[in-house]
Amino acid sequence: MSTVNKAELIKEISGVNPLKCMKCGKCSASCPSFNEMDIKPHQFVSYVVNGDIEALVNSASLTKCLSCFACIERCPRDVKPAKLIDAARQLVIRQKGETMLSPNEIPELLDPETPQQLLVSAFRRYRR
Amino acid sequence: MPINKEFKPKIVAFCCNWCSYAGADLAGSSRLAYPADVKIIKVPCSCRVNPMFILRAFEKGADGVIMCGCHPGDCHYSTGNYYARRRMTLLFSMLDYMGVENGRTRVEWVSAAEGVKFSTTMNEFVEKIYSLGENVRLGDLRCKK
Amino acid sequence: MQRIGVFVCHCGSNIAATVDVKKVVEMVKTEPGVIHAEDYQYMCSEAGQAKIIEAVKEHKLNGLVVCSCSPRMHEATFRKCAERAGINPYMVEIANIREHCSWIHKDMDEATEKAVILARAAIAKVNLNAPLQAGESGVVKRALVIGGGIAGIQTALDIADAGFPVDIVEKEPSIGGRMSQLDKTFPTLDCSACILTPKMVEAAAHPNITIHTYSEVENVSGFVGNFTVEIRKKARSIDMDKCTGCGLCQEKCPMKKTPSEFNRGLGNRSAIYTPFAQAIPNVPVIDRNACLKFKTGKCGICSTVCAAGAIDYTQVDTMVTEKYGAIVVATGFDMIKLDKYDEYAYSQSKDVITSLELERVMNAAGPTKGHLERLSDGKAPKEIVFIQCVGSRCADGRGKGYCSKICCMYTAKHAMLIRDKYPDVNVTVFYIDVRTPGKNFDEFYRRAVENYGVNYVKGQVGKVIPQPDGKLLVQGVDLIDNKQILKEADMVVLAAAIEPNPDVRKIATMLTASIDNDNFLTEAHAKLRPVESPTAGIFLSGVCQGPKDIPETVAQAGAAAVKAIGLLAKDKLMTNPCTAKSDELLCNGCSKCANVCPYGAISYEVKEINDHGIRETRRVAQVNNALCQGCGACTVACPSGAMDLQGFSNRQIIAEVDAICR
Repeated sequence: MSTVNKAELIKEISGVNPLKCMKCGKCSASCPSFNEMDIKPHQFVSYVVNGDIEALVNSASLTKCLSCFACIERCPRDVKPAKLIDAARQLVIRQKGETMLSPNEIPELLDPETPQQLLVSAFRRYRR
Repeated sequence: MPINKEFKPKIVAFCCNWCSYAGADLAGSSRLAYPADVKIIKVPCSCRVNPMFILRAFEKGADGVIMCGCHPGDCHYSTGNYYARRRMTLLFSMLDYMGVENGRTRVEWVSAAEGVKFSTTMNEFVEKIYSLGENVRLGDLRCKK
Repeated sequence: MQRIGVFVCHCGSNIAATVDVKKVVEMVKTEPGVIHAEDYQYMCSEAGQAKIIEAVKEHKLNGLVVCSCSPRMHEATFRKCAERAGINPYMVEIANIREHCSWIHKDMDEATEKAVILARAAIAKVNLNAPLQAGESGVVKRALVIGGGIAGIQTALDIADAGFPVDIVEKEPSIGGRMSQLDKTFPTLDCSACILTPKMVEAAAHPNITIHTYSEVENVSGFVGNFTVEIRKKARSIDMDKCTGCGLCQEKCPMKKTPSEFNRGLGNRSAIYTPFAQAIPNVPVIDRNACLKFKTGKCGICSTVCAAGAIDYTQVDTMVTEKYGAIVVATGFDMIKLDKYDEYAYSQSKDVITSLELERVMNAAGPTKGHLERLSDGKAPKEIVFIQCVGSRCADGRGKGYCSKICCMYTAKHAMLIRDKYPDVNVTVFYIDVRTPGKNFDEFYRRAVENYGVNYVKGQVGKVIPQPDGKLLVQGVDLIDNKQILKEADMVVLAAAIEPNPDVRKIATMLTASIDNDNFLTEAHAKLRPVESPTAGIFLSGVCQGPKDIPETVAQAGAAAVKAIGLLAKDKLMTNPCTAKSDELLCNGCSKCANVCPYGAISYEVKEINDHGIRETRRVAQVNNALCQGCGACTVACPSGAMDLQGFSNRQIIAEVDAICR
């Protein structure tokens, strides 16, 4: 798949129009795992715009993003950077076919404190 | 499609007084030629164009009808061209359904400064009508010999 | 049947070189209604016009077709000529055979044929023309200004100086508006009160200005030049003529714990109050929701201490009805509510404030007497963080889509003033873009950075977390360094977006003035008529039209005043006769036409109709000729074909279509 197509696919999966971004950085300001990321949340957008999908899917940010969706919640332009990274994960999962979490592991992880979103996003990440 | 040299199309252009008619004037004063088949009717605003006028034109043997107005957002009457745009969208799809091809009808936004656009639009439109040939739908048969 | 004369112009060789004018004359002579046809070198010249007048007299013509240049050029000339010849000016039609024919075609046969067709279309139209009379309506020489902020005051002063009486209606107890709440003004840093209060005094003392404070517009009827407005003067509970403004009542009032609107709720006022010391008029009002006398019936201290006997607990709202020729809307703005921006902890901490609240804190007459202090514990802050674009430029539905325009400048002003007065305080500004288009604006911002050491950080703040020790932990980002920033601050100031006064939608509805989705009033033309509403006789002043700073507001206020004066200076308004007209016999009163009319020119009337001998009472549309601008939107919307446009009637346009397609 060409990089152009991959960028289009990410836009399609995420439903995000990265051109809406006004580069305010509120996503990065809100991000709890900012310091662990190599590509920062506000940069996701420009990677997709520039079509540099290869770098995005190989970045540590893919696994470091907690999918807490603070960036989605606070983005003034409705750009949803976390959805971009989610889409990038799906792109990799579709290629590798193995998720971070297997359904068998769920019962032992489950406790009432665990947010469901955490499990869902765990499925979207893959083992390195 | 071979172009029939004998065919002289009848083309009616509705132009709003504030933008497009002035655009046509500018095309004239800049000597930007377009075919003589186009005849302009001045209306105060594109929203004055009743779909009935367009049906009437086809009934009377017009081969194409084009409507020009101010650019959306620039209407002298604020909102007139928005009404016109909606009305024409509906009318043109109905005309297409009735067999009057979409190429025979057109809406174009031409400002008073766009003499070049007016002339190129008319050239394109007339060329299109030539390629489509004579309009055979909707014509009032009593008008023909 | 009309008696039509056709006059074909050579325009020197402009037309005659490509169009065989003699042939055009011959061809049109056989058209229905044509009595006379001739050609001439220059129809627009005195000699050409004399020929037209002569022909009208000789052949008793009542309709003219001039085949010449564009009607945009000489339609007015030939209409005047027709009038001189004694026929109605609207019985003239122009066939544009220069711009639309001779100038763009080279082939003589082709051009001549087209000229004949264009002439035929014009003849077909004139055959259906009816004489039209431009209507006249009178102008009431009095203006109403809704809103008594700097915009309203400036507009009123300018109109009053031109010699016309003006009424200002202000819903608050004093005029002054937002500007009276400000401390200093950018970019010159002069004190707001020092430049505003003289204008307030001038307005109050002006013989042509009447100020209705604590009043609201209740109802508007009529049209340009002739509006009738009902104004509700809310019960002040004070006799304005007796009150001397001594202020003793406010001093003695026991209910001193009422939050002060003027201080944005940061300080308190008494139940009987003037909003601020320089209030105009300097007459207090009693807040009946806070007053003990009104709540429990026991108190009446103010009445006891008032030596002038001005307190009147029995006062009721009164209605004033007045006629106006022009109305200027100057309703201004307010800050948006921040309840949807909880990440900035505005509701959780007293030390997170809006910029307008900071204005009050910085002001010597404000709740802290001008001392910069934390509102929670009164301590002097050492670290202040400003956050820009809170609720502005938001596409997520929480805030406003537009840029509020003034925040960049007032934040630079606040930062600079703080650094000037308290050099030991660190000031950090988180910004997305710094927008400073304006005279001396960018220089002002750069001064804040370069001379006052304000720390500008490109990036936004994600959240503000109140700490147990009372500090505020600000988590932001520096996009240039690509670093997340955690900063402990003592105060956080939010540059909240501005929005039009919430009352403006109600007022716009009363005025039938159009308003956009953000509640800004729309102008008649975004570029060329920026201070007029599309509704004739309504003018826009200040922020009600779009975000503006003070210099722009004052400039627009003056422009609105000039437009209003231009209207009031006329004794009679000539109305465009090419207006819509409804056929009462066909109208079924469905309201479709009124819904598309951008000018509110269509109203309905229930009246008795004599429909071919059958009398019945029906609801029918009425077009107000003073308001109708003749766009024709209603004519197409009308399902029964009752609505038609004079001068461009359905029959006329169809006749043109027929002539062209013949």
